[in-house]
Amino acid sequence: MAKVVYEKTRGLTENPLSYCPGCTHGIIHKLIGEVLVELNVLERTIAIAPVGCSVLAYNYFNCDGVQAGHGRAPAVATGIKRTNPDKIVFTYQGDGDLAAIGTAEIVHAAHRGENITVFFVNNAIYGMTGGQMAPTTLIDMKTSTSPAGRQLDGAGMPILVSEMLSQIPSVTYIERVATHDIANLDKTKRAIRKALQNQMDGKGFSMVEILGTCPIGWAKTPADAMDFVKEKMIPYYPLGVYADKGAR
Amino acid sequence: MSVSTYTAKHRLVFADNLCKGCDLCAVACPKDIIKMDKTRVNEKGYNPAMCFDMDACIACGICAKICPDSVIKVERDI
Repeated sequence: MAKVVYEKTRGLTENPLSYCPGCTHGIIHKLIGEVLVELNVLERTIAIAPVGCSVLAYNYFNCDGVQAGHGRAPAVATGIKRTNPDKIVFTYQGDGDLAAIGTAEIVHAAHRGENITVFFVNNAIYGMTGGQMAPTTLIDMKTSTSPAGRQLDGAGMPILVSEMLSQIPSVTYIERVATHDIANLDKTKRAIRKALQNQMDGKGFSMVEILGTCPIGWAKTPADAMDFVKEKMIPYYPLGVYADKGAR
Repeated sequence: MSVSTYTAKHRLVFADNLCKGCDLCAVACPKDIIKMDKTRVNEKGYNPAMCFDMDACIACGICAKICPDSVIKVERDI
């Protein structure tokens, strides 16, 4: 007699993922899919895919999905949620999408306290377009457009999105989590569940910032990229709950 | 699909053609019994993951949880 300890969640489709080897997008997709199944909302969920590596996310989540213009996922989510309040609407955005071109959309969606859930994957680089410097690239981190490393003089400091949005009075829940080891995967899954539960309870705007990796863009092996998250990213992007206000 | 072995207590089922050989499962495995099989190449052109000592497996599921491509199914003997 055998008991299944772990198998692929039905929250994801059978399509093979288009991500590079060792990319944490796959892990985060799995966690979101698992939570959607556990909350029993898969059939009434609408995913908003961004522009970037995860542009095809709607092919992988086993729910309805649309793809928004670059950075505009919170605006599209706002429209869908307001016209279909019984649906569960989440956006899945990278740092190039949410923290660069889509800064206005996310800030205003948070100020409006829209009852949506945002999953923000921060891997500190523009992965899809070839590893260019992003607003979230760490100081001294080498990318194809900062070959000497990002410098404070000229490029400024990396944007701390969770800290910034947590200052907004109308947000409900902001947490930053990571995916570099099993313990943190469990914490990430709990944060994802809470963010979606908040929406089901009508509590308002929830965002989970998930520190991920880009082994190809960072020119590291997947295992070394996980170590980089632990040793370099977490000191600048501290994990933790930044806002948790319960009901609006 | 490759099944590690039927004689051991627990079972790991690898969906070989989904594997991208990223090594995350091998690094995460607390028993160090997973490696990329350099003798085989899958449809995508990667060396797929395999377990070389199934008897040592404790069916903890860590390899499957960390796998970005949902390659591994873990079955525990009860």
